[in-house]
Amino acid sequence: MAFETVIGLEVHVELKTKSKIFCGCRTDFGAPPNTNVCPVCLGHPGTLPVLNQEAVELALKAATALNCKINQDCKFDRKNYFYPDLPKGYQISQYDQPIGEHGYIEIDVNGERKRIGIVRVHLEEDAGKSMHAPDGSHTLVDYNRTGVPLIEIVSEPDIRSPEEARLYLEGIRSIMQYCGISDCRMEEGSLRCDANISLRPVGQKEFGQKAELKNINSFRFVQKGLEYEVERQTQILSQGGTVVQETRRFDEATQTTVSMRSKEEAHDYRYFPEPDLVRLRVDDAWLQRVRESLPELPLQKRDRYQNELQLPAYDAGVLTSDIEIAQYFEAVVDAGIDPKSASNWVMSDVLGYANANGLTLSAFPVAPAQLAGLIQQVTAGKISIKQGRDVFKIMCETGKDAVTVIREQGFEQISDEGALIAIVEEAIANNPKSVEDYRAGKEKAIGALVGQVMKATKGKANPAVVNKLILERIQA
Amino acid sequence: MKITEDTIRHVAKLARLAVSDEDVAKLAPQLNDIMGYNEQLQALPLDEVPPTSHPFALYNALRDDEPRPGLTREQALANAPDSDGEQVRVPAVLEG
Repeated sequence: MAFETVIGLEVHVELKTKSKIFCGCRTDFGAPPNTNVCPVCLGHPGTLPVLNQEAVELALKAATALNCKINQDCKFDRKNYFYPDLPKGYQISQYDQPIGEHGYIEIDVNGERKRIGIVRVHLEEDAGKSMHAPDGSHTLVDYNRTGVPLIEIVSEPDIRSPEEARLYLEGIRSIMQYCGISDCRMEEGSLRCDANISLRPVGQKEFGQKAELKNINSFRFVQKGLEYEVERQTQILSQGGTVVQETRRFDEATQTTVSMRSKEEAHDYRYFPEPDLVRLRVDDAWLQRVRESLPELPLQKRDRYQNELQLPAYDAGVLTSDIEIAQYFEAVVDAGIDPKSASNWVMSDVLGYANANGLTLSAFPVAPAQLAGLIQQVTAGKISIKQGRDVFKIMCETGKDAVTVIREQGFEQISDEGALIAIVEEAIANNPKSVEDYRAGKEKAIGALVGQVMKATKGKANPAVVNKLILERIQA
Repeated sequence: MKITEDTIRHVAKLARLAVSDEDVAKLAPQLNDIMGYNEQLQALPLDEVPPTSHPFALYNALRDDEPRPGLTREQALANAPDSDGEQVRVPAVLEG
């Protein structure tokens, strides 16, 4: 029997604020344990939360960018449960009035655009971080993360394959990064993802029994973990079995998912309105300001690169995948470089060097204007493309401009015919056989002659000029 | 809504309260009386009234996103029953 995969994702995104959602503690990642804490986020008796305006602003941006209907009048609720990383004994979240709902994002799957529904986007506070002693004797808790603002983005069960799940997640990440909402660094926990996955016989309307996949910490593992689940559930169902509804985690070592075997107590959070916070009202002017502050989103940019800049789909996809790459590319184009040349240099040379050296483009040693300067030298025929690549590497290491590097390294290409004629004539005189071959119709024989000239000039001769000079002399 | 002894045991468990059988037996009728009193409200025609989450019509008590100093680690850990000097130590939380 053939099965259809049904996946829904719950994504938590940490908002890029300077202070926590309900108190003034810093939110820096990697601070020494329990140094960004205060009586409010530690839940001391008598303290009161005060909502951070910037957290609301960023959540509004996210919900708007995800095409949600904004609940302009909403509230916060307490989600009650006991866990040591939650000092108050409840998490302040939004229950029945999320800041945004009924949205969607679009992803491109195998060249086709697909819409994935967003059920809701709500604001809440993060919990602390627990570290379990390997021998199981105790647990250590760091409360720095407690109270860091989060949004939770819940998708509709519209995702039909592990690959779509990864594309959806990448889509969410780039929208968040474009809008300055979050860094979305999975390795630092600023983007976290849980997945619900079930299978059903093709054509069946009802959903099958689902498993929840938790604590997946990389984009690759989201896809891998889900691929494993598809395989596992297919096997169970094909043998007439039933999938156990449970929480599983992805095990990196074995590349499989394993049951977390936690006591499956039914969740009973006893939500009720948070009495310590007043209601939130987003007036039309505020909402309008947020709408106007949104930048061009990744998919719009991608379409524009293809339609207006005439870039291939592949180029447009790579260049818009990360806002920093897009900004770098656009700065090169703004400096007067044609889009396809700019794209080639950015994709192969800039990203190549950045990836090999673990650099981000905001800290890249060659500024976009400097790269534009180099491309102009190549386009003008001052240096060959191959020389250009060498110059680029030196620019990366020294931060110097192309013109300076070319002068210092003596890379200047010789395009002056007067300077080349003598060398060309010498090459012809020394290689009568090649000349003869060429005249006999072997056009490739000219290559040997060009090679001689290049060798004699240590690669500096302009190959096009050399070619022309040789032809002028042997075609007759 | 009828409050049974089971309801009381369940809520007590959620709230991590130890309630004796004797107290459960005493609490059930008391809570039922209170709930019954509240249920008088159900008789009122309130279809047009939105649920009240907050008694005051106040909105948007917001603060600017400016970090402020909090507690030192020593101060923060001083209130914890146990710590390793950097983190709060709690009984093992079983997972996985």
